Amino acid sequence: MALVSFHDVRKTYRSLQGVDYSAVEHFDLEIEAGEFFCLLGPSGCGKTTVLKMLAGFEAPSAGEILMDGRPVTGASRDRGVVFQGDDSLYGWLTAVENVEFGLRMRRVPRSERRRRALEFLDLVGLAGQADKYPSELSGGMKQRIQLARALVNEPKMLLMDEPFAALDAQTRAVMQEELRNIWQATGTSVLFITHDIDEAVSLATRLGVMYAGPASRLKEVVDVELEGARNRTDDRFLAYYRRVYGMIREEVEVARRREHPGGPR
Amino acid sequence: MRWVREHGGYVIGFASLFLLWHVAAVYLVQSALFPPPGSVITRAVALFRDGTLVANVAISLQRILTGFVAGSLLGIPIGLCMGSFPPVRRILDPYTEFLRFIPAVAMITVAVIWFGIGETSKLFLIIYATVFVVVLNTAAGVASIARNKIRAAQALGATRFQIFCHVALPATVPYILTGMRLAMTNSFVTIVAAELVAANNGLGKMLWDARLYMLVDDIFVALLVLGLLGFIIDRIFRWCIFLFAGRYSPVV
Repeated sequence: MALVSFHDVRKTYRSLQGVDYSAVEHFDLEIEAGEFFCLLGPSGCGKTTVLKMLAGFEAPSAGEILMDGRPVTGASRDRGVVFQGDDSLYGWLTAVENVEFGLRMRRVPRSERRRRALEFLDLVGLAGQADKYPSELSGGMKQRIQLARALVNEPKMLLMDEPFAALDAQTRAVMQEELRNIWQATGTSVLFITHDIDEAVSLATRLGVMYAGPASRLKEVVDVELEGARNRTDDRFLAYYRRVYGMIREEVEVARRREHPGGPR
Repeated sequence: MRWVREHGGYVIGFASLFLLWHVAAVYLVQSALFPPPGSVITRAVALFRDGTLVANVAISLQRILTGFVAGSLLGIPIGLCMGSFPPVRRILDPYTEFLRFIPAVAMITVAVIWFGIGETSKLFLIIYATVFVVVLNTAAGVASIARNKIRAAQALGATRFQIFCHVALPATVPYILTGMRLAMTNSFVTIVAAELVAANNGLGKMLWDARLYMLVDDIFVALLVLGLLGFIIDRIFRWCIFLFAGRYSPVV
């Protein structure tokens, strides 16, 4: 049985003008335990909607989402979330206190939770920054806090919504490599949302490309069979890149025509 | 050197204020109705020595602080409820939106009719001057909490009550403190006006009596003390925020 399965899911929103539109429709997806699944698509294709529904922040308008065979009814610590921006961090808590948050809510004793939080700060490479406040840390470090905060809670799955999109290219590459190491070390399952093909091919064991929105669903799923550390100059890496690029390219074009119907062809 | 760089501006600012005042009073206006700082300070020392100044300052401050604390204790939970529960907001909005446009100063007449000229009417007025500012700022603070802060807590397994205590409340602290600072200013304005109109003591009463007997120096002593008190209390307030709530300043 798959860890997560979406069956014929639809999510309809109402615009401010009172018009209904579907972000995703007939959306099907299965993710197995231990997978690193990247969901890829042009902007506005509903990738984030998929993540929000699985996280339990928003309910699907139709269809069902199962986690471990049980329908998702709301947020739970089964599914740790890493958000794109840093506005989910608690500015009045230090790095280690942010990481401890979930354990504190579960009333894990103070010394125990401090020990575990420090362990995970170490895992994400922030051992020396435990007593700093988020405002004192760089964008990359803040994303590491988010990652440690989610992981220390031992979720069955990690949901990441373009977590590195706001970082500079160098930091992003480092974070990707470390995330992959952490994933290998912890064996957790990941749903990773991105619009960056290079990022998806670098990280995923499997990746899914979505159609241009609205009423989007999965267009194609690719198994990324690259062993060991991924090398961006490797021929097989580039072959995957080209293949995915081709799929995305068409959808970006469709999205562009929809947004600018009179634009150049 | 560091002290000069950090505080030198204040010293120059205050010195120039008194210098300008002196120049204006001695050379420009030259009127018995506008005493120079020297004679005002001399008079202040005399009033301080005979105890009247201390007594008046003490009673005014006591009124401000009691009302301010009571108004804040009342306003914070109301603001939290309004910000957290939209139905509560809709029910209470008419009260806050209606009453906040009636200044506390305008309520003095009603306060005196209802509660007489004793301490009760002052307490009522200061609470009235405090509560709406604190309510509005607190409610605005709750409403502006980043949604992802709440969502992150949900995904970390926090209950609704835990989210309120550990996310909504601390995230709102800076707004509450801002509201309280504004309320402090309101309280000053209100207490002077209330004491001018109806009181047996206090700085406002001192102002009124001095006008009655044309003791111009006394009027200026009261004004000087009001300005200084406000300045000092605001500094202390800011210092307390820095000491106890520095970590709650809006950073992320």
